[in-house]
Amino acid sequence: MIETIAQYPILAALIALVGLGILFGALLGFAAEKFKVEGDPIVEQIDELLPQTQCGQCGFPGCRPYAESIANGDAINKCPPGGQATINAIANLLDVPAPELDAEHGEEAEVRTVAYIREDECIGCTKCIQACPVDAILGAAKLMHTVIAEECTGCDLCVEPCPVDCIDMLPVEETIKEWHWPAPTTTADIIASDLRPQL
Amino acid sequence: MQEFAVILVSSILINNFVLVQFLGLCPFMGVSTKLESAIGMSAATTFVLTLTAMASYVVDVLVLMPLGLIYLRTIAFILVIAAVVQFTKMFIEKSSPLLYRVLGVFLPLITTNCAVLGVALQNASKDLNFMQSSLYGFGAGAGFSLVLIFFSAMRERLAAADIPAPFEGAAIAMITAGLMSLAFMGFSGLV
Repeated sequence: MIETIAQYPILAALIALVGLGILFGALLGFAAEKFKVEGDPIVEQIDELLPQTQCGQCGFPGCRPYAESIANGDAINKCPPGGQATINAIANLLDVPAPELDAEHGEEAEVRTVAYIREDECIGCTKCIQACPVDAILGAAKLMHTVIAEECTGCDLCVEPCPVDCIDMLPVEETIKEWHWPAPTTTADIIASDLRPQL
Repeated sequence: MQEFAVILVSSILINNFVLVQFLGLCPFMGVSTKLESAIGMSAATTFVLTLTAMASYVVDVLVLMPLGLIYLRTIAFILVIAAVVQFTKMFIEKSSPLLYRVLGVFLPLITTNCAVLGVALQNASKDLNFMQSSLYGFGAGAGFSLVLIFFSAMRERLAAADIPAPFEGAAIAMITAGLMSLAFMGFSGLV
């Protein structure tokens, strides 16, 4: 055996390389089994950044399907409830430039709103209950409905189906618990540049 | 001990793989636009460099030398590198999916980073022992990380700076890299 190999150096080369190949292949096969990734972790991270209004304004049935679509390369500017802040956060996560919000899918609300049903006008048709993506409306057929304010995400989806137009979107008043300092208006002058006139 | 320090200083500063030997320029230009991904890339490359330096030493001494197959070094080392990079890719995909996404195509491209093959071949031709080889590999990785992180920090500043239009983008990056290389030439003769 040894003599044959010594006689034919090409045989030694073949055996050595094939042996190395098989060894590394086995190691990688073992590693692939050990480091198997379950699910797509990037979808979880995008889903966490989305506002979870489940409003469907992006054209997907909810926030998670949209997150999956983003992970597959869809545009990240289709979420009006999240607004520019969400777009910036996702752009930062995926390391891509942040686009403006796509106006086709709706405009960013100035203030957070919550749905309010004028209860004496409600005819109990349950159409708004079917429209609500987060089950925030209570009520039954021919009985008055009402909105659970803490559950409402302000997505506007219940306004359209209401046959008697008794749903208002009311702005949420800022309480002392929710108030925070406004963000600085510009960060542009942190780095000195000749382009701006000196102050 | 002093010998190890000499190897480290030599591979990090004096014979820096990127700026003095001009190996591994592709990730140096490609992954240096953002500091965060540059740090990730440095860590991955250092890991791969150290591991391949060890693995290729073992392959060299245990397989190639006894069989008289030294002429197969290049191809055997490429095999080792490909395996180690694939392993690193799996490891990062599991441990840090975000880094995996940020590095993207540059992760498999560590395979073709010539600094990795350069370290393995230089170790073999210099007849270093196991400890010296792995230290040389680690030093090469540390040197690569050092210049890549410095360079990406500079490029982040350059992106916001007021650069004359003809020099914007790759042009100013090339000039910066050249100046950095000049600065690193100053380390020659340190040891």
